[in-house]
Amino acid sequence: MSNPRIVVTGIGASSPLGGTAPESWEGLLAGRSGSRTLEHEWVEKYQIPVTFAAEAIVRPDTILERPVAKRLDPASQFAMVAAMEAWADAGSPDVDPERLGVDFATGIGGVWTLLDAWDTLREKGPRRVLPMTVPMLMPNAAAGNLSLHFEARAFARTVASACASSTESIVNAIEHLQDGLADVVIAGGTESAIHPITMASFSSMQALSRRNDDPATASRPTSVDRDGFVMGEGAGVLILETEEHAKARGAKIYAYAVGGGVTADSYHITANDPEGVGASRAVRAALEQADASPDDVAHINAHATSTPVGDPNEYTALRNVFGDRVDEIPVSATKASTGHLLGGTGALEAIFTIFALRERIAPPTINITEQDPAVPFRVSGQTQSLGGGDLLAISNSFGFGGHNAVVAFRSA
Amino acid sequence: MAFSNDEVLAGLAELITDETGISADEVALEKSFTDDLDIDSISMMTIVVNAEEKFSVTIPDEEVKNLKTVGDAVTYITSNQA
Repeated sequence: MSNPRIVVTGIGASSPLGGTAPESWEGLLAGRSGSRTLEHEWVEKYQIPVTFAAEAIVRPDTILERPVAKRLDPASQFAMVAAMEAWADAGSPDVDPERLGVDFATGIGGVWTLLDAWDTLREKGPRRVLPMTVPMLMPNAAAGNLSLHFEARAFARTVASACASSTESIVNAIEHLQDGLADVVIAGGTESAIHPITMASFSSMQALSRRNDDPATASRPTSVDRDGFVMGEGAGVLILETEEHAKARGAKIYAYAVGGGVTADSYHITANDPEGVGASRAVRAALEQADASPDDVAHINAHATSTPVGDPNEYTALRNVFGDRVDEIPVSATKASTGHLLGGTGALEAIFTIFALRERIAPPTINITEQDPAVPFRVSGQTQSLGGGDLLAISNSFGFGGHNAVVAFRSA
Repeated sequence: MAFSNDEVLAGLAELITDETGISADEVALEKSFTDDLDIDSISMMTIVVNAEEKFSVTIPDEEVKNLKTVGDAVTYITSNQA
């Protein structure tokens, strides 16, 4: 393989489990749930049928200086704080701006800015609509602002593929680095869409759990009584670079980013293919790029959103690839703890996968009541040991629109 | 309610600090928005929208370009309050 090897040298996150990546990981290992009853007056005012969600613990506007935060929709604020953490974690490298790129993702972008501006227009007229409205609501705002802040001039690309978004961005970053378009890439995704509109919309299509009386346990992927996903928010960021560039500057290396697969189902606009064809193709593509076989995979971070239909479809897809061994590979369904960060979920789960490799453990999957026989993944409420030696892991993300994205990491 | 010159200056300084981070004591009457305070056009537009709300005044778009200094803005606002 002549392609340069790609490594992860910095990690940052802001999530329902913590305001940083280590805090989020620590919350995950401690078995905490990020899902809570919402305290906003809009829940009652608009009679939203679902009264809970997994909000990020640390509001990014408490970290960013006011003039900076004011120019950013909350989704971009999350992206910025996570990126700042990741960049510092990577040692704030000195990179030629034309060799530094951004590959970022979001599901919907600045939805809060858009809807607040609509309210302003209706209540106060057009002269009160703030001039920064468009630059804040546009889906490329996170990528554009990260490029601006970190002086990244190689490229600043945005992916929007719903829940597959930020895994797809990471895969793109790997490819861009392998193609020599940059030496370092800031990659990841963000979402901050816990808004009456999105809650009502997802609720209308019966995608959300309605377990209002017990929000902490509502996200229960693989359990027989799962009833939908829990809305989450936040961002995850990886600093990816060529191994050569990383070693030349003495950077610490978390893991190798060894492959990615992105495919499309062309099956249904929201449901994933029950035969898992597209998803299994994405897994195989990632493994092929990683120069690995299914037998080499030691850990899977499943997409597993806790929807009745989605979880078994993922199982079928993975069984296509792994055969009977699919029931033996330690799997983590971390949305049980974090809820579903939509455009940010792939990045957060990539981070959990990388930490899993580093610590050689599959993090717990909380809220398992009774495992569904149709989803017999090897999940556990306790951490599972991954054993010794060189470890390979994959993280899956599937999105409305039939998007499948899988990324593979190898221990460093 | 009519604001005095000093109140308008203080209120405007608050809006400028909020938007740009520039400290209030730097916002002096003779300072030019672009040359001295380095305020970009979109920040200027935002400050205008917020000033209209804060001081219950309308600052037409064609008038904004004539407001070169903080003093120009204070004079305009004070003279045109409802």
